[in-house]
Amino acid sequence: MKNLDGSHQDLADEIKAGTGIDFNSCLHCKTCANGCPFVEGMDYVPHAVIRLIQYGMEEEALNCSTIWVCVGCDTCSSCCPMAIDIPGIMDGLRHKAIKKGIKIAEPDILNFHTEVMNTIKKYGRTHKLEIMMRYKLKTMDLLSDVGMGLKMLKKRKLDLTPSKIQDKKAIGKIFKKK
Amino acid sequence: MGKSLKRNDNTYPSERIKFSFFPGCSLKASGHENTMSLLKFCNQVNIDLIELEDWNCCGSSSAHSIDHMVSQNLPMRNIALAPKGIPLMIACPSCLIRIKSMYLKIKNDENLQKEFEALWQKPFDEELEIIHFFEIFDRISLKDYLDNPKGKLKNIKIAPYYGCMLSMPPDLRLEKNYYGVMEKTLSKLGADMIPYGYGARCCGTYLSAAKPKLAEKVVNEIVSKAMEAGAECLVTACSMCHLNLEIRCTLKNPIPILHFSELLSMALGAQDQKKWFPRHIVDPVPLLKKRGLISS
Repeated sequence: MKNLDGSHQDLADEIKAGTGIDFNSCLHCKTCANGCPFVEGMDYVPHAVIRLIQYGMEEEALNCSTIWVCVGCDTCSSCCPMAIDIPGIMDGLRHKAIKKGIKIAEPDILNFHTEVMNTIKKYGRTHKLEIMMRYKLKTMDLLSDVGMGLKMLKKRKLDLTPSKIQDKKAIGKIFKKK
Repeated sequence: MGKSLKRNDNTYPSERIKFSFFPGCSLKASGHENTMSLLKFCNQVNIDLIELEDWNCCGSSSAHSIDHMVSQNLPMRNIALAPKGIPLMIACPSCLIRIKSMYLKIKNDENLQKEFEALWQKPFDEELEIIHFFEIFDRISLKDYLDNPKGKLKNIKIAPYYGCMLSMPPDLRLEKNYYGVMEKTLSKLGADMIPYGYGARCCGTYLSAAKPKLAEKVVNEIVSKAMEAGAECLVTACSMCHLNLEIRCTLKNPIPILHFSELLSMALGAQDQKKWFPRHIVDPVPLLKKRGLISS
């Protein structure tokens, strides 16, 4: 047990205020852990992340791979007996981890998201081919999946040129920091 | 809407329904066979789709993962672009969730409405109807367009795959549920729908790029369970799921994966398969020929 002077609640209060999700109703029944299709890629099962927050173990919660491997498929929240929006909690933790600038447990996944956002910033729409090329360059993983990429091009599943929006000013409005 | 389009005597319904249409990035720039067959089908059943002018990406899985503000602004602009008085139809489950969740959030929050109006310089439309492609079956009846509906997809064994995005995240849980639409529609056309328990399993989405091994495992599980249950093909409701199920499947002889829109349009007599099927990794032509659904 840690920080039982009450300060351990700071993280829980912050995540709750930021996401509007009341995760203290969690029964720790492990339904989310048993149902998650991607649990084997995670270091903590989903309800354990809730436990980390409840114990105020900020470093462990923000450093864990779970918050990045979670894709938000809502399998967990659909079968949660307390209907807790578990992927919403992961969103909150990811945002905090980025804001704090801490070391990200799954940099490749963050790189992928960043490249998606970069094409949206450029074109207003995503451009799959550019996302994949830049992602491959960034992760220095140029050789794996080359066959797959070629197959996708051959089957014309990747457009060579991006689809763009006309109103470039609107993109500025969307991305403008307050 | 709501007007009955009942068939009288030998004439097909002639009244056309109009929807404003949000294609999204996957349909616009990757799943072309999905888009082509969808547009074809809508035209076949007297639905006019007017592409939402200058629409932008809904934010997909990435915006909400790393930038809360942008994840709100992206769908917000699309809502602001939607013309008044015409339902906005979205075919991509992921785009639907992003845009509809944001719409309901704004509708229930005065501060967000003010933000919306300040940002996009127009009033928030509280009456806007945002519907998924599946909801057109509440408004039309395929029987009105077919003489022998039961014979159209006869004897083909299909496993329906919805993916996770139509399973409604917490903020849309009180909204319409779409499960069963593909079974109901395709069985009316004579198809043999195969239950296999993995129809709502997530396809892995972007883990297909960032963690291919994890995606491979879930994809193989979905496809092999459908095959074990006796399905001859899978039918998907989502263009991105379709892509993942095709590119991440490493099984030896996987079954073909069809888009719901392809089957619908074929049942109504479309002859455009030569434009769609070369874009599939697993060629559906041999199966469809064997079942007598296509001739060449």
